[in-house]
Amino acid sequence: MQRALLTGIVVSITCSMIGLFLVLKRYSLFGDALSHVAFGGIALGFFLNIYPIWTAFAVSVSTALGITKLRKSTKISGDAAIAVLLSSGFAMGVLLISASHGFTIDLFSFLFGSILLTNMQDALLIVAVSCGVIATLIAIRKPLIHFTFDEEQAKVHGIPVEKLNYLFVALAAVTVIATMRLVGILLISALIVLPNITSIMMGKGFKKTMLISISLSVSAVIAGITISYYFNLAPSGTIVMLMVAMFVGTLVAKHVGMFSKTINEHNLSTTS
Amino acid sequence: MPVNALDVENVSVSHNGVLAVNKISFNVQEGDLLGIVGPNGAGKTTLFRAILGLQNYQGKIKLFGYEGNQYTTLLSMIGYVPQKVNFEPNFPATVYDVVAMGILSKKKLVKGVALIQSCGCCWNRIFATSSKDSEKIEEALKIVGLESFKDRRISELSGGEQQRAFIAKSLVKEPLLMILDEPVTGVDMDVQNKFYSVLRKINKENKITIVWSSHDLTAISDLATRVACMNRELFFHGEKKEFFANKDMLKTYSESAMQMHMHKHDL
Repeated sequence: MQRALLTGIVVSITCSMIGLFLVLKRYSLFGDALSHVAFGGIALGFFLNIYPIWTAFAVSVSTALGITKLRKSTKISGDAAIAVLLSSGFAMGVLLISASHGFTIDLFSFLFGSILLTNMQDALLIVAVSCGVIATLIAIRKPLIHFTFDEEQAKVHGIPVEKLNYLFVALAAVTVIATMRLVGILLISALIVLPNITSIMMGKGFKKTMLISISLSVSAVIAGITISYYFNLAPSGTIVMLMVAMFVGTLVAKHVGMFSKTINEHNLSTTS
Repeated sequence: MPVNALDVENVSVSHNGVLAVNKISFNVQEGDLLGIVGPNGAGKTTLFRAILGLQNYQGKIKLFGYEGNQYTTLLSMIGYVPQKVNFEPNFPATVYDVVAMGILSKKKLVKGVALIQSCGCCWNRIFATSSKDSEKIEEALKIVGLESFKDRRISELSGGEQQRAFIAKSLVKEPLLMILDEPVTGVDMDVQNKFYSVLRKINKENKITIVWSSHDLTAISDLATRVACMNRELFFHGEKKEFFANKDMLKTYSESAMQMHMHKHDL
């Protein structure tokens, strides 16, 4: 349980941090697409009898970099690229599984998460990778925020936007693999998107929005793992439903005027 | 002979075989406020994007006499305010956060200033040398009159207020040159006047070189030192007095402007 909690907390922090940039760049479903590609990578691992996490890393990161290059050179639209990624990655996985041992418990744990069953080796790997992603994001936070806000202005400002974009998608791919054990391939996008769209609604600046997102995510993970442990429920589903509840609660609170005023309200009360 | 802040030599830009900018040449001296006028579709934005390295072009563009890698180094010290900044409407950045994005790293500043000093030019500071980043941001917000808005989300501001925030973002880097692309389009008169007073201050008091495109001939007449008139090609570049004394030039521009207005108001 403690191992699950520690792993879950570190992973949720990573998802919140990278997820905020993904949401603001309108790459929300990119995480979902990468997780489906990761399924293909895991299936490849089972097929080749290699530790599936390594094949998942290799396939996800190379696909993320490849699709970024493809979008730049052929001007494929964002949603079309995601559709291609999602379907081809998952289809590859299904094909490889049908050619090998069929669906096993191990495979189910990647699809739906198995944080409570994570062994020490996996936990250490996930925590190490997540800490690496967090450290990198902290180091590149200023250029990444500028790049996310306005890519052209960032380029004029001297930020190497192309290299930064590749680094960013590689970090996203690594985060997705690290998150698989917590909520499974099918629910990763929830962890990336939900805490961030909830915190964005609260109308604060960037740093506070990220801190709120991290707080929401960590709270949901701690509560979700604890509830699922004592009530024998699936941790992934419990965590995500708690995040949904937070989102709905914030939406209602915003509707009744608990957060910052809208632009119209500001224009009525101030002069330009 | 002093080096020009900007040299544009025979620059052409084409989109899908159509020439958007055709062999334009002009220069901007240090301390100038060059007003560029021309109808919509004249290629002003395209020209600015070429200068800023956001657009491929043929020809030569130099910043303080530099090309190539040194040009790219100096680009980071240019302040650019586009016609419209397209950012995510829910972006959770306060006005302070946005202005802070303009702060240049010490490494870039040192490189850029060294290049400027080697060509015998001046880096006209806006802030005191000992100013910390936070002090520069506060001061820039004061210059544009947005100090009370610093904790508000950028998306909550009106169009005019946002443009002033982006000007402040350019000011914090203490730019060698500012490029402003029709920054007051669609903004009411009161805000325009506030903007023009900021422009006057930073050019006259802080001696920042400015290249500014506008449809407002009255403002150009009031603020600019030199004028360039373009419609894919350059058909005037010179002293403001010369432009406004040239009745044919004014008529040509006025006709273009009228066509634009007639189109706009469906007359």
